[in-house]
Amino acid sequence: MNALPPTAATVAHDTPAYNFAYLDEQTKRMIRRAILKGIAIPGYQVPFASREMPMPYGWGTGGVQVTAAVLGPDDVLKVIDQGADDTTNAVAIRGFFRKTAGVRTTTHTAEATVIQTRHRIPEAPLAEHQILVYQVPIPEPLRFLEPRETETRTMHALEEYGLMHVKLYEDIARHGHIATTYAYPVKVDGRYIMDPSPTPKFDNPKMHRSKALQLFGAGREKRIYAIPPHTDVVSLDFEDHPFKVQTFAQPCALCAAEGVYLDEVLLDDKGGRMFVCSDTDNCEERRAAGHRGALAGDDISRKDRS
Amino acid sequence: MYVAVKGGERAIENAHRLLADERRGDRTLPSITLEQIAGQLSLAVDRVMAEGSLFDRDLAALAVKQARGDLIEAIFLIRAYRTTLPRFGATHPIETAAMRVRRRISATFKDLPGGQLLGPTFDYTHRLLDPDLAGDPDLPAPALRPELPTAMPRVTDLLGNEGLIEADPAETGEPVGDLTREPLSFPADRDLRLQGLARGDEGYLLALAYSTQRGYGRTHPFVGEIRMGEVEVEIDVPELGFSVVIGRITVTECQMVNQFKGSAKAPPAFTRGYGLAFGHQERKAMSMALVDRSLRAGELGEDRTAPAQDEEFVLSHCDNVQSTGFVEHLKLPHYVDFQAELDLVRRMRTEVAEKREAAE
Repeated sequence: MNALPPTAATVAHDTPAYNFAYLDEQTKRMIRRAILKGIAIPGYQVPFASREMPMPYGWGTGGVQVTAAVLGPDDVLKVIDQGADDTTNAVAIRGFFRKTAGVRTTTHTAEATVIQTRHRIPEAPLAEHQILVYQVPIPEPLRFLEPRETETRTMHALEEYGLMHVKLYEDIARHGHIATTYAYPVKVDGRYIMDPSPTPKFDNPKMHRSKALQLFGAGREKRIYAIPPHTDVVSLDFEDHPFKVQTFAQPCALCAAEGVYLDEVLLDDKGGRMFVCSDTDNCEERRAAGHRGALAGDDISRKDRS
Repeated sequence: MYVAVKGGERAIENAHRLLADERRGDRTLPSITLEQIAGQLSLAVDRVMAEGSLFDRDLAALAVKQARGDLIEAIFLIRAYRTTLPRFGATHPIETAAMRVRRRISATFKDLPGGQLLGPTFDYTHRLLDPDLAGDPDLPAPALRPELPTAMPRVTDLLGNEGLIEADPAETGEPVGDLTREPLSFPADRDLRLQGLARGDEGYLLALAYSTQRGYGRTHPFVGEIRMGEVEVEIDVPELGFSVVIGRITVTECQMVNQFKGSAKAPPAFTRGYGLAFGHQERKAMSMALVDRSLRAGELGEDRTAPAQDEEFVLSHCDNVQSTGFVEHLKLPHYVDFQAELDLVRRMRTEVAEKREAAE
């Protein structure tokens, strides 16, 4: 038990000593209980007493709390945002855990034991010893159809998902296809409809029977949910309108990869553009293995890797 | 051609160095001290303590300085610090009837036991910019009573003696809820609602309170009383077997008295809306009291039609640290999802163009 709150003077001059991975052990235990419940009921949103973190709500506080609760001193952490290790928020979160947990960090997907992500799933298939932690802004897949939490909880409890199917059907009636490109709803283990977080629907098939444990943390909305390894995750569709992922007309301009998710980069104001891998680690490893895309000059790729 | 957005780490570090430099401002001028902030920007400090849910003037002043005067950022700093503090118990309910009153006004009675005590208020000042304050003018010493009044009866107690106003709910002895330790679920009890409002954004509560006055869930309010001053904070010490006073805090309390026509179960009587805030914060306490009363619509059998009567709407959006985080997160990169949308819009435009051509 601490004696007195520090005064402004002591806060200003002493570096406060934080617990391993920032959160106190009581809080971690509370989060682990929520995670275990989530694993026991795949796709069910478990309320948890989300804490205020030293980064803003909406910037990954849920994912950070889940990571803090599962991280051990021997873990190797990878953090990606938009598939990339070097986007600013990924850099900030990786730095946070390096500072507060002192764990080893990596950009290599295969090397990591815990991967925290925002908006993407790595291209390389994950393995049994890995945990994928998603940052989730709005955990409720029915939220944009029904804004009230009291209602949506009841709908889940009664497995009353007609509204979602009507929405998807209306898309088809209006556009000829389902016009949802990211945060595409899935059914987990044949029971709960779940929001995969705003990953592109391209990534949905990667969740199906993944060998890795998948954990989802929504800090502001105070919810945790999970997909245990080898669990069925099915994207909602209709028999005559089966689920399809995005395809790209050209391969990655740097590593020539096909069948991966690409980012469009504008090159000038005259319509010039190129498509490159969103998963930067996958792209770098392919280039290291000698794959060359149309625009991969040797000098640039060396600079990229520095 | 393509240069990836590398060097994020260096860019962040440099941005933070630049921020620190801008915060410091002109280095030929002395740095502003925490004593100056706590002493001369005391109402900013009060707001940070109230919405940060931590009564500590020094830390709140530090937060205001660090946040460059951005009070929501300062509140965030205090919240992030507060959440790391151990929680070793709950105090007894503070006794505002025993307050060392520095200000007390009632709009419902011309005079009343204890009298009207204006105290330090902006009310009745002419809002004319005072050019003298650009310097440091000599000020006359304030005229103060030799002794601050204590034990001043609350207006609601005076009304309560006649049974004209609903009684305060009896103490149940059950532990008071804490939405920072347990996730809020709906319907929420009044203790949690009041906690949410007390931490809630002043501007948001002000707008909601105002909307009730303009007819969106009207509550016919009167300011029964606003009082501001110091109250003692008492805590039970299990080792001692009795309670001890651990300090004094400044609070502002507002009791709204609202009309109630009565229902099948209850005779006509006045009802209460309650507001309490750390420090001197009348606008906050009054807004809170109006919204508290509006949120009691269901309990009092009134129609729930307006936003201020909808607890899920009010409580889910009143926290400015949550609101600002989620609004500002739109600054983060979203290009993966945008790419997916870009692809879809292009495809749909092509389809429309093809259909048009086929029709021609």
